Amino acid sequence: MSLEQCGIPTIAVHTHVFARLARATAISNGMPRTRQVFVPQPLVGQTPDQLRAYIEGTDPVSKRPFIQEMIEGLTRPLDQEDLKGAGLDRSTPRLLEPDSEENLHELFMRSHWTDFLPVVLPTEERVERMLKGTRIARDKIIGKLRPTAFREFWEFDVEKVAVNAVMAGARPEYLPVILAMSASGVTARSSSTTSFATISVVNGPIRDEIEMNSGIGALGPYNHANTTIGRAFGLLSQNLQGGSVPGETYMGSLGNGLAYTCCFPEAEERSPWSPFHVDNGFKKTDSTVSVFFGGWYTQSGCGPRDSWQAKFIRCLTAAEHYQQPLIVMDPIAARGFDELGYSKQKLIEWCAQNAWLPARDYWDDQWINTLVHPHGVAGVEPYASRLKAKPDELVQLYTPEDIKIVVTGGGTQGIYKMFGGRYAGRGPGTFNKENPTVNIDAWR
Amino acid sequence: MSNFVKVHDPRGYPPKVVGKRLAPRLESLDGKIIYLVDCLFDNSDAFMEQLRLWFAAHLPKVVTRKISPRESWVDDPGMRAKIAAEGNAAILGVGL
Repeated sequence: MSLEQCGIPTIAVHTHVFARLARATAISNGMPRTRQVFVPQPLVGQTPDQLRAYIEGTDPVSKRPFIQEMIEGLTRPLDQEDLKGAGLDRSTPRLLEPDSEENLHELFMRSHWTDFLPVVLPTEERVERMLKGTRIARDKIIGKLRPTAFREFWEFDVEKVAVNAVMAGARPEYLPVILAMSASGVTARSSSTTSFATISVVNGPIRDEIEMNSGIGALGPYNHANTTIGRAFGLLSQNLQGGSVPGETYMGSLGNGLAYTCCFPEAEERSPWSPFHVDNGFKKTDSTVSVFFGGWYTQSGCGPRDSWQAKFIRCLTAAEHYQQPLIVMDPIAARGFDELGYSKQKLIEWCAQNAWLPARDYWDDQWINTLVHPHGVAGVEPYASRLKAKPDELVQLYTPEDIKIVVTGGGTQGIYKMFGGRYAGRGPGTFNKENPTVNIDAWR
Repeated sequence: MSNFVKVHDPRGYPPKVVGKRLAPRLESLDGKIIYLVDCLFDNSDAFMEQLRLWFAAHLPKVVTRKISPRESWVDDPGMRAKIAAEGNAAILGVGL
């Protein structure tokens, strides 16, 4: 659409499953008559002959020949509707029309404002009580979110976050954590086809102040604060970014159970290592929340047993290597590694130095091709070296900076899990290293 | 009415949508330069190559040039400026 603004007639080719999303994006950009043409899904994995058949075939949306649609999109004279453009008032009210609780629950569900579990209706009284959890002015604009890199940002203030916190069942004393998450710049409702979620880790004194659980069942569902804070992050993300509606603002093919809620504190007192937030420049007495984007793949194991190195290599190389691993360890496993002489940093470096794949396998990945390949072509290291490697040559999957370790759990088993968990700022493919650890104390 | 409750709208604040005009269309593609923009999604380069071959075979008077942005899903002002300066039309794909 930027090219149209430069005077260049343009047509965009999409696969047909994105038709609603493509049209919604055109409307929100003030150009609803943007020319679009569609080919069947999938595009990935199709041979040149199959792609040629798409081009010589029928647009599955308009049911007209693809080529005819494309050429007409560039040559058919504009009509009055095209010349108008379309401004749009989408302002949202502060309060909804009064109604019965039953009807309002139905409205919230049908409007895709819930996660399809029951919510607490955000009455004025409940929102007032929630706002007592912070001294920040209710009308202060505190952030902006969007479902993915090419969509528009929506803004929000403290009150809007409080509304969603009420809906999630959170308590006022949790609000500073939820506000900090909202300000991280990371959405918990990415529209990516890969069905990402977020994993949020809380550090510092607030963990005990609000009685979070870093013991048995820390990852859920066994604690009110852990559960409702994580759920609030999901609800506020979908509602404050302009939606998370399948086919329009959500395209995750499989969905993700972690998107309901995934928030837990680090077991700092039972870890042999420094807390995560201290590793990232905060004081031990600071309260922070760190947001990891991913939650897609999961590997797991017990350890460290005699064969831990082989097991780790299998896990690290089996992981979807476009997304960096977040290793979550029970304190027993962490102490085991510590007793073997591995500090946290030493273990991270070992992981980075021992996770390799043949270049052929490394590059034969949809997201590595889409997101990383352009960096390799542009000469950005380490991707350029990986691109130069011969097919059988081994390439290193991660740098030490990619890999993070957090300790939590109840000590009933020496276990660990590896999640896809990118510790970086907004935007897939941007390699933005903006730090997504937020100081909660600033939001009290 | 006595059982009615008043609740907050949970949605954020959308940006204002300002209507924008499409660019004037071309009378004909003959002799024109069309940029085929590979959006870097997996296999879109192969699709654009097939589109280039189709033009070469069926509309040989159209000049096609393949181009791609520096990163996936990120605006590339340099690429946009090049197309605006040197091209007559653009076909983008296949990204979404």
